[in-house]
Order: sequence, then structure tokens, then C-alpha cells
Amino acid sequence: MVRSGTLILNVAARLLLPLQLMFSLFLLLRGHDEPGGGFIAGLVAAGAFALYLFAHGRRAMSEMLKVSPRDLVGMGLLLGVVSTLPAWWNGDPFFTSQWWTIPIIDFKASTPLIFDIGVYLVVLGSVLTAITALVKTDHEDNTRG
Amino acid sequence: MQLAVLGGFVLAGFAPLLHHWFGARTPLVMALLPASMALWLLGQWPAIVAGEVLLLEWAWVPGLDITLTFLIDGLALLFALLITVIGALVLIYAGEYLRGHRDLPRFLVIITAFMMSMLGLVLADNLVTLFVFWELTSVTSYLLIGFDHTNLAARKAALQGLLVTAGGGLALLAGLAMLGVAGDSWSLVELNAQGDLLRNHELYTPLLICVLLGAFTKSAQFPFHFWLPNAMAAPTPVSAYLHSATMVKAGVYLLARLHPSLGGTDVWVITLSLVGALTMATGAFLAIQHTNIKKLLAYSTIMALGTLTMLLGIGTEGALVAFAAFLLAHSLYKGALFMVAGILDHETGTKDVTAMGGLRRVMPVTAVVAFVAALSLAGLPPMLGFLGKELMFESVLEASDYRFVILLLAFTAAFLTLAVAAIVAMRPFLGALRETPKTPHEAPLGMLAGPALLAVLSLLAGLAPGLLDGLVGATAASLGATDSNVHLSLWHGFNLPLLLSLLSLALGTLAFRHWDRLRARLARLEPVMSRGPEAGYEAMMRGLVSVAGWQTRMLQNGYIRNYLVMTLLVLLGLVGHAMFIRHTPRFDLALDVHFHEAVVAGLMVAGAVAACVMPSRLAAVAAVGVMGFTVALTFVLFSAPDLAITQLLVETLTVILLVLVLFRLPRFATLSTPLERLRDLVIATLTGGMITLMMLSVLAGERLPRISDYMVANSQPLGHGHNIVNVILVDFRALDTLGEMFVLALAAIGVYAMLRFHAEEYDTRRSSALPEQHDG
Repeated sequence: MVRSGTLILNVAARLLLPLQLMFSLFLLLRGHDEPGGGFIAGLVAAGAFALYLFAHGRRAMSEMLKVSPRDLVGMGLLLGVVSTLPAWWNGDPFFTSQWWTIPIIDFKASTPLIFDIGVYLVVLGSVLTAITALVKTDHEDNTRG
Repeated sequence: MQLAVLGGFVLAGFAPLLHHWFGARTPLVMALLPASMALWLLGQWPAIVAGEVLLLEWAWVPGLDITLTFLIDGLALLFALLITVIGALVLIYAGEYLRGHRDLPRFLVIITAFMMSMLGLVLADNLVTLFVFWELTSVTSYLLIGFDHTNLAARKAALQGLLVTAGGGLALLAGLAMLGVAGDSWSLVELNAQGDLLRNHELYTPLLICVLLGAFTKSAQFPFHFWLPNAMAAPTPVSAYLHSATMVKAGVYLLARLHPSLGGTDVWVITLSLVGALTMATGAFLAIQHTNIKKLLAYSTIMALGTLTMLLGIGTEGALVAFAAFLLAHSLYKGALFMVAGILDHETGTKDVTAMGGLRRVMPVTAVVAFVAALSLAGLPPMLGFLGKELMFESVLEASDYRFVILLLAFTAAFLTLAVAAIVAMRPFLGALRETPKTPHEAPLGMLAGPALLAVLSLLAGLAPGLLDGLVGATAASLGATDSNVHLSLWHGFNLPLLLSLLSLALGTLAFRHWDRLRARLARLEPVMSRGPEAGYEAMMRGLVSVAGWQTRMLQNGYIRNYLVMTLLVLLGLVGHAMFIRHTPRFDLALDVHFHEAVVAGLMVAGAVAACVMPSRLAAVAAVGVMGFTVALTFVLFSAPDLAITQLLVETLTVILLVLVLFRLPRFATLSTPLERLRDLVIATLTGGMITLMMLSVLAGERLPRISDYMVANSQPLGHGHNIVNVILVDFRALDTLGEMFVLALAAIGVYAMLRFHAEEYDTRRSSALPEQHDG
């Protein structure tokens, strides 16, 4: 049921994927001051990959993604936990946010940003895990039956 | 000292590596740790005896007032010395006993960890720390009883020991918490300084009950005594160490430790002295029915633990001195006897004393050690055990309540114990040499060193009891005795205790002579005995399993509709209770509703109704989608862009997921009766109404300051962000978000596992059915 096979959807998915991903990164990075953030950005990215999956099938999407969605979940959790460590190193209470300014590009890096990237990865990974698990089995049914 | 104890845990972890380097000599190397600790403790002896109390301060969790401070007074010194000295000997002994055993490294890991836990327990000054070490001893004991993990009986005994002691541990946790609250301190030193306040506190009775439950289960007091004999499934070094000299005394230690703060009241005196005396008699009575040497010793250990509890209950100055002396005497002779039992088992291949005989010819040294140690167990001069028993009789005669009952029980226990001692020391060694599964030889030096040293110490201490005056006096002093000048001596003059001893000698000898006939008589009591506390434990376990099965079938039946009904009903009950019974709600019904808002709300309701009545699934999903999008629209109307975006995206993905799921579902079928649907309708309406009322009542008045004001004010200065929602998510409430991340990850793993396993099942069914199907 997954592959639609229509030319319009195929081409549109191919063109929209990079745009959607860029948009999700944009939402992720501006989230601290404007509407956005890791959760929303993760959902947008998941939607992008879902569209690609419907157009080109599961295998093509996996090749595009390169890593297993479940590994994304793991990496996200790891980042979430790692973002607590700098505070511990500085002797502050658990989860106190730490801010640094990267000099040349004048970018404000912080532990909440690392944490937000963790949220992004967990959301993206979890949704994709569910979708691919659902699609995978149907897909195999189709090739078999 | 704290470093040494914590280092000991680390050393335990390195035991396998050490075993790789030192091979069979590893136990000797590891025994250096407890031995050096024992030397350090001996160095403190003069100061402690002079009346000093050492406090080694060490902060652990200062925010919660938890310290790792060690308290060394007479009682702690006595226990710590027993733990380290017997610990070192047991390690050496175990090296021989388990020589070449595949799991020797594992054994060394656990027993060293146990040793350190026990040391931490007797040295801790903080109630929380004490409890942590207390539980550690339960866990390590579980692992040691179940050391032979391929043996069903061993596993069962281990579980039984763990459940009984850890169950008591839970009660103890409650008791210690109440103690900490009542005394407003977690430090034992401070608590013991305000005994009068604690004894008159309103929490005194409940906290005492909890603490006693913890102590009685740990120290195998009646009616919790049954786990100890079963724990004999452990290797003998473990029995010698944990289940006679150290761990089972932890409960007694705790009672002794808390004696100055909790002791002396009527409840304390009557409970402890009666339970103690009853345990004494039960232990001794059950002991003589067994022929397994380890069981004999285990039951006599129960008798000794009862004696200690009883002495604490009597609580006079003399009883406290007797407590210290008896404790020391018991640890020395019982450790030695267990090690002898291990030697016999190891050399003959049987634990049954009736199957052994004449071993004195082949194992003369063991025979002498056994004889000396048993002399102390029997309470005969010139051993330390005699001294302990005389003091015990003297204390019983001082008892204020139920003196006659206690005396009778104590006397019974004394003469039966004498018979047990005679059985252990005579049966295996005298008479003609008997055929045993293995041909016995004299034990190797490593196995003899421990029991021999302990037996010699028992003898020396009996001959020159003056050496112990200081230690026993200091121990009694830390139990609350005012006069720490104690003079121990073997000869107390011709008095009533001596008469009782002579009488028990006569009766004990008689019981020993007719032991076989006595046992046969007692075997007839079997139907009564099998209804003891252990049967209760078994029944409880069976009941637990069936209740667990029943409630799993009821609550975890796998139908999401039932889960939902259950969850909503609980929600209804709790929220309704809080709203209508605990508070009187006010509702703000004068709402200012615009026309477009009413339209959106109407759409939402229409979507919900449509979702319920649609005959097609796809249409129902679409209707649910309409509901979701109107919710998003509401967020837009009330200017919450973040929530609106999130809601839109979630709705989109939900529809995608639902559509994917729909392909996997069977056709529509009527699974519920009209009555059930009516029930669901009622629950749904009630829940919706309840939430609406709650919202209205929230709008009606602000009872508490709004938390959002803080967020709005501090988002920029503290969180460096203008988007308050995001600052809350990733900074102010980041811990909650982290928790949700884990929930999300777990849900994804759950979906993956459920679908994959289900699909595999499905595929195998399909592939087996394939040949008959020809369509594509």
C-alpha cells in the first residue's frame, strides 16, 4: 500500500524533503526566542521523512536516513543526559543551564540547545520508528502475497 | 576507616582479577584487609575502654542530613572486632573449603562485599546509612545462600531469607523514619542522648513495633525463626560467618544500639524478654530433633539469638553485662563449631551426625577443637560460654516481669543446648569408625587454623576473664549501663545460677544419653510441627502468587478499552472527591464568548459526535482529525503559536499513523453489547462534564498565586530566551522533559517490539499457508 507511484508525489517529495528539513532546523535553532523548538522541529522532520516514505517506499527512506530511527532515539537520550554534565562540572545544581558565546560567528551556545537537539532526535526517531515498523510489515506482506 | 570500608567494596569487585594473579592464594591476600582493620580496631581498644567515643565525621548527602559518620564505642568495637577477625579467618577457611571450586572468585566478591556492609552497619552513626548497609547485608546474604544456584532448594531458601529479612527491612525503614522524626535527628549519638523525650513521644509505640519487626526478622526471632535453618543451604563458611557470628546478630545489634533511646519501657521489657525467651526454648527444642549437624547448630544459634534479645529486654545492669559476654562467647564458639561442621562435611561427605563415628582416630586435631568449642556451647567451665550462661541465669533471676516463665524457658533451653553440644562433640568422634561416603583425613591447616584459634580464644577468655573486663564494660556502657567497671570471673560462689547449671548438666546428659529415643518420640509431633510459622509463610507465598495472577487478569487484561474505563473512573473518583468533598467549588458561568469561538467549539463537538457514530473507520479518523484541528485553531485564537504548531503537526502525524494502523485491523465487528456502550457513554459524559466543571471552577477564583508570572518574569533574565514555552521545556522544567523523552523512547521501542514480534508470527502463519494460495 505504501508506494503511490504517482510522478507528481515522487518529484514533490524529492524536492520538499530538503526544504522541510531546512525548515525543521530553522525551527530548532530559533526555538528559544520565537515559536519553534526541538519538539516541533522533530515533528516537522518526521513529517518530511514520512512524505518521502510514502512516495518512494521504506527502503529508499532508510537509505536516505542512513541510520536506524532507533539509533536516533538513543542518540537523543544520550544528548539529553550529556547536557546535564557541564553544570555538574561547574559545581552548579543538576540541570542548571550553561551559556557560552562562540566568538567569531557570535553564536550563543548553551546546554538547553544541546538538550533541545536531544529532544529533536528523540521525537524524530520515535515517530519514524513507529511509522517504519507499521509500514515495514505491510510492505513485506505485499511482496509476499 | 570509611575509606577502608568503601575500599573493601572496590576490592570485592577486583576479586576475580586477584584470583587471576594469585590463584588459590587469593583468599589469603584478601584476608589482609579485614586483618589490618582488626589491628586498627585493636589500636583503638585502650581509648574506647577508657570511656571515649570515637566519631569519624564524613559528610555524604549534606542536603538531606545523611552522613557517613562512623561511631566507635564499646558496642561498635566489639561487633567490628568480631566481624573483622572472624571475617579474616573465614576467608582463609573458605579458600580451603572451596579449593578448586569454579565459582571461588564469585564467592570472594560477595563475601567481601558482605563483610564491608556488616562493618558499615555496626559503625554507622546515621540512621539512613545504617539502613543502607542493613539492606546490603540482606542482599549479599541472599546471594550467598543461593551460591549453589543450580540447586532448587538453595534458591528457595535464599528467596525465603531475603523475603523475610527484606520484609522486616521495610518495617524497619518506616520505624527509622519515625524515629528520625520523633527525635528530630538522624544521628544515633544525638538520639541516644534524648531517650526520655523519645519514650514519651506519641510515635513511640508505632515506631517501636516497626523497629522490632525489622530486628526480629533479621535476627530470626520467633515466629520468624524458620528462615535461618533453611539458610544452611549456603556453603559452610557462609553459615559460620553470616548465619551465626555476624548477620543474624544485626537485629540484636540494632536493639542494643537503640536500647538507651527506646529501651526500659513496659512494652519493650515485656515484648523483648518474652519473645527472646520463647525463641530460646523453640530453638533448643527444634535443635535436638535434627541429625543434620548444620541444622543442629542453626537451631542452637536461634536459641542464642533469643537469649540476647531476652537479656536486652530484662535490661538491668547485670543483663547488659551478660549480653556483652554472651554475645562474645557465642560468636567465638559458634564460628568454631560451624567450621568444624564444614570440616566434617568436607572430609566425610555427609552432614548427618548419626552416620559418623570414631573420627577422633583419623582427625584428632579436629576432635580436640570440636570438644573445646562444644564445651563452651554447653556452658561448662572453664570456658567463656560458662561465664556467659551464669551471667544469663543471674539476669533472668533479676527479671521484673514474668520471671518464672522466662526462667522456665531459659532453663529448658539451657539443658537442651547442653545436649546439642554433647551430640556435636561426641557423636562424630567417639565410638567405632563408621563407613562414610568419603574416606576422612585430617583437615588441611587452612581449615583448622580458624576454628582452632576461635576455640583457644574461648578457652583463654574463660581462664582469664579479666582481659575482657574493659571491652565488656565499655559495651555495657554504650547500652546505657551507668557503671562501666565490670569484673568478670568464672567463680561466682555457690549460688542459685550454679545450682541451675548443675541441674541442667544432669538433665542435658540424660537427654543426650536417650537422644535417639527422644527423637523418635518427638517425630510423632510432626503433624503439629508442620503447621508452624513456615507453613504460614508458604501459604502467604501461594496466596501472593494467586492474588497477583487475579489482579493481573483483572487490571492488565490487554484490552485498551478496559484500561481506559479504569483510568477514567479513577480520575473521576479522585478529581470529584477533591473538588466536591474537600472543597466547595464556585463556578464562573458569566463567560464572555465571541461568536467565532462558539463556532469553533461547535465544530469540535460535532467532530466528537461524528467520530462516535461514523460507520466507517476512515471517516471516524477524519472526524477525530477535525476535532484536533479545531483544538489547534483554539490555540491560535488565544495566541499560543507554539501549542498550535505542535497540535497541527501532532494531528497530521496521528492521522498518518492511524491510517497505517487501519490497514492492519480486522473488519468492523460488534464487540460490545448495547449495555456496555451505554456504560461507556455515561463514563465519557461524566468525565467530560467533570473536566469542564473543573475548568470553570479554576476560572472562578485564584486560590494560589499563578506560577506563570514567575516564568514570564524570569524567562529572559534566567533562561536567556523570549519564547517562554521553550524556556520552560528545556530549562525550567528540563528534568520533566527528560523524563518525557524517556517515555517517548520507551513507547517507540514498545511499538517496534510489538509489531515486529506480531509480524513474525503472522509471517510464519502466512508462509505455511502459502502453497494453497495462488493469487498475487
